[in-house]
Amino acid sequence: MKLTEDEVRYVADLANLRLTEDEVRRMSADLGAILTHIETLNELDTKDVEPMAQVLYDAGETATLREDVERPGVGAETALANAPLAGAGYFKVPKVIER
Amino acid sequence: MIESLVPSLTIAEVHAGLRSGRYSAVELAEAALLHGEKQNSATNAFLQFSPERAIAAARRVDQKLADGIDPGALAGVPIAVKDVILTKGVRTTCGSKLLASYIPPYDATVVERLEEAGGVIIGKTNCDEFAMGSSNENSAFGPVHNPRALDRVPGGSSGGSAAAVAQGTAVVSLGSDTGGSIRQPASFCGVVGVTPTYGRVSRYGLTAFASSLDHIGPFARTVRDAATLLRVIAGRDPLDSTSAFAPVPDYGSQLDGNVRGLRIGLPREYFTELPAESGDLIMRGVDKLKKLGCEVREISLPTTKYAISCYYIICTAEASSNLARYDGVRYTMRSDDAGTLSDMYRSTRGEGFGAECKRRIMLGTYVLSAGYYEAYYLKAQKVRSLIARDYTDAFAQVDAIVAPVSPFPAFRIGEKIDDPMAMYLSDIYTITGDLAGIPCMSIPCGNTAEGLPVGMQILTKHFDETGMFRLADAFERAGGFAG
Repeated sequence: MKLTEDEVRYVADLANLRLTEDEVRRMSADLGAILTHIETLNELDTKDVEPMAQVLYDAGETATLREDVERPGVGAETALANAPLAGAGYFKVPKVIER
Repeated sequence: MIESLVPSLTIAEVHAGLRSGRYSAVELAEAALLHGEKQNSATNAFLQFSPERAIAAARRVDQKLADGIDPGALAGVPIAVKDVILTKGVRTTCGSKLLASYIPPYDATVVERLEEAGGVIIGKTNCDEFAMGSSNENSAFGPVHNPRALDRVPGGSSGGSAAAVAQGTAVVSLGSDTGGSIRQPASFCGVVGVTPTYGRVSRYGLTAFASSLDHIGPFARTVRDAATLLRVIAGRDPLDSTSAFAPVPDYGSQLDGNVRGLRIGLPREYFTELPAESGDLIMRGVDKLKKLGCEVREISLPTTKYAISCYYIICTAEASSNLARYDGVRYTMRSDDAGTLSDMYRSTRGEGFGAECKRRIMLGTYVLSAGYYEAYYLKAQKVRSLIARDYTDAFAQVDAIVAPVSPFPAFRIGEKIDDPMAMYLSDIYTITGDLAGIPCMSIPCGNTAEGLPVGMQILTKHFDETGMFRLADAFERAGGFAG
């Protein structure tokens, strides 16, 4: 299995990840090697097997939700304390819509 | 000198020392902090010490002792916490440049429970970036050096938590395990490391890597201490809907050393390619178990050879989704190259993530992308069912499974860093336990000729931590550590 450099750039774009040209070359080789190994899964017949998304065990009501009762949040000021740029009680980002 | 006592303490010894007045909790916390700071130039196990928080917690313990109130199961015990677990007001980096200055606004549930039980958190430990790695070399803040051999890795991703216990600074510590990140460093550093049943411990406040596989678990010098720590942190948490309701037993009271008649399975697939030296040590451990009266038989876990492929599809798919939140908006770091919103996302992530995180984000995005979902992700989920079924079948025949933890002992820093596939393959014996969600642990079972520790793995069925601890404790009593 090979992943071309163009395919790497396409996937990086989907992942919102800027890669340098060096990284693109390296990624093409590394992901190719990993995907080649992964191909061994095709040896297994899984036609009648159910997919397992989560660990399943006889534990009764696991994965239930807690009661929907109000509880205090951390508050805007605290939530914004780690923001790289904040103002007027909001996270600030570069302008999205051009006039 | 209290400081000279710190490196060998167990929880019971801490309690005896406090009760006899040999030292106060504050004095012990100060000694542990001093010990950690001195060791850190050699091992780099800690990314951050938390003296204010530690002393405040120790004061509360001393006050309770003075007032004649039970100070809790972990009273005065110096504890280190992996830096992927949130600590309110104490910097939490996840080993990433992206979070180099992140101060969490709340505590993880496990952190609250530790302190409610009198535990004294002395600092945050180094780890692979976002817990992705098998050597701790993927930390943005430099590798951890194995206290047992400083030119070698401590294992990963919870390398700092294993090292903090091995070097003697912390009596116990917390790590996280997604594919072996507790057991493998425990085996490399010669300490006990436990991955409990999936859902046994709340993950509220654990930075998510692969949510269907992430666990929090203890490191300790003894099985009993690991069991004590697990009992404190385990149990349902309304803030984590995946945490289990199953009651938490008093593991410690059941450690009686009697394992006569216990049926133990050795999975043949785990021993065929195991290098001789590690294999010999494990088999000597198995002989000890036979002498204790265990019945040992060979079993088969036929899907084992497909586990690496299955794991690296599922964990990267989940990671690519979980790491999408680090986009330059909320979490401290934003690239200077942020002219447009799109530039801001891409540059921040490109500059912030290290090579391994990028590799996993890319692989995960690829396997989830249009046209590939069924061939990769769905296929891997089906194979995961087969791996889990292997264990269900095995536990119909045996009470516990004994296996190696890693194909080799601690390797040299830099030895495998340029070959991601070789690094991934080193997880072969640990990832199946995570995929099935069963409890599993590493216990020291001797040293190689070079003096490097080797761990033996014990696995039991869902929620049978008691059976796992009983076997490990009996092994420890029989001199398992001495090899």
